[in-house]
Amino acid sequence: MPHDHHDLSPSGHPYRTDNDGPLTYWQQMEIALRELLIEKGILTAAEVSAQIDLMDSRSPANGAAVVARAWTDPDFKARLLDNAGDAAREMGFDIGVLHLIAVENTDMVHNLIVCTLCSCYPRNLLGLPPDWYKTRAYRSRAVREPRAVLAEFGITLPETVQLRVHDSTADMRYIVLPARPAGTEGLDEAALAQLVTRDSMIGTGLPRALE
Amino acid sequence: MGGDAAGPVPMEGHDFALWEKRVDALMALCSAKGHFTVDGLRRALEDMGEDAFENHSYYERWVAAINQNLIEAGLYTLEELGTRMQVVAARGRTYGDASGA
Repeated sequence: MPHDHHDLSPSGHPYRTDNDGPLTYWQQMEIALRELLIEKGILTAAEVSAQIDLMDSRSPANGAAVVARAWTDPDFKARLLDNAGDAAREMGFDIGVLHLIAVENTDMVHNLIVCTLCSCYPRNLLGLPPDWYKTRAYRSRAVREPRAVLAEFGITLPETVQLRVHDSTADMRYIVLPARPAGTEGLDEAALAQLVTRDSMIGTGLPRALE
Repeated sequence: MGGDAAGPVPMEGHDFALWEKRVDALMALCSAKGHFTVDGLRRALEDMGEDAFENHSYYERWVAAINQNLIEAGLYTLEELGTRMQVVAARGRTYGDASGA
């Protein structure tokens, strides 16, 4: 990643400007509307905290577990490609009411996911989307020059590989089922899941190669 | 936006601040409770025009869009919001102080 290492937190992100920075107008609005909703009995402070905990508990590791299961269990893979939401629910993941569609990468086809309208993302499975997914640049160009976008992520697809770009909607979300890396025949499901990156499930990355 | 020309994809990310996580939670809860939908959120976001995408952060746009929908749904009035925002601002100079109640 082209990170500038100045002013980064130990987790490799820029320091966040939240609780100890000057109060912004929009933060003021968040506090005010949250308090009004609580006072009017529309929601409770406990519900807000629980919802934050729930989103924090969702991460690409959940999607990686689903992908690894599909790599090792052909019947599960068939169910995943038929109805990804139901297949993920089988594994105990709460997908909500959204339609989740898995699209499979092969030697001949590479899939890429975008939301040109806003930021729709398989968030119930993978957690919140990365910042770049929500940027104007990604949303504009993923459907205009997807191969150039992929190149910025370090992926150069052979011209013989068909590239399919999937535009998400509010109630239809996609996840890429990446191709299982070569040479991984001896790995079990847990070890395979370690190879599955967030970006490989968006289509802007590939699974990690074996060391 | 989809299909427009644009520059390189900015790769830097950030850890979500508490206030951003709260905005996200408010959206999830209010839509789960049926007060408005994701489409309502997006309609309000698109009404902001292109400048908003340059001048405001993601969750700044979201809180504005949530507020727009909640006021339209009649859950509180603009006056109530304005009054409460003044009370909030008077509590302190930082988010921590102002949300510490």
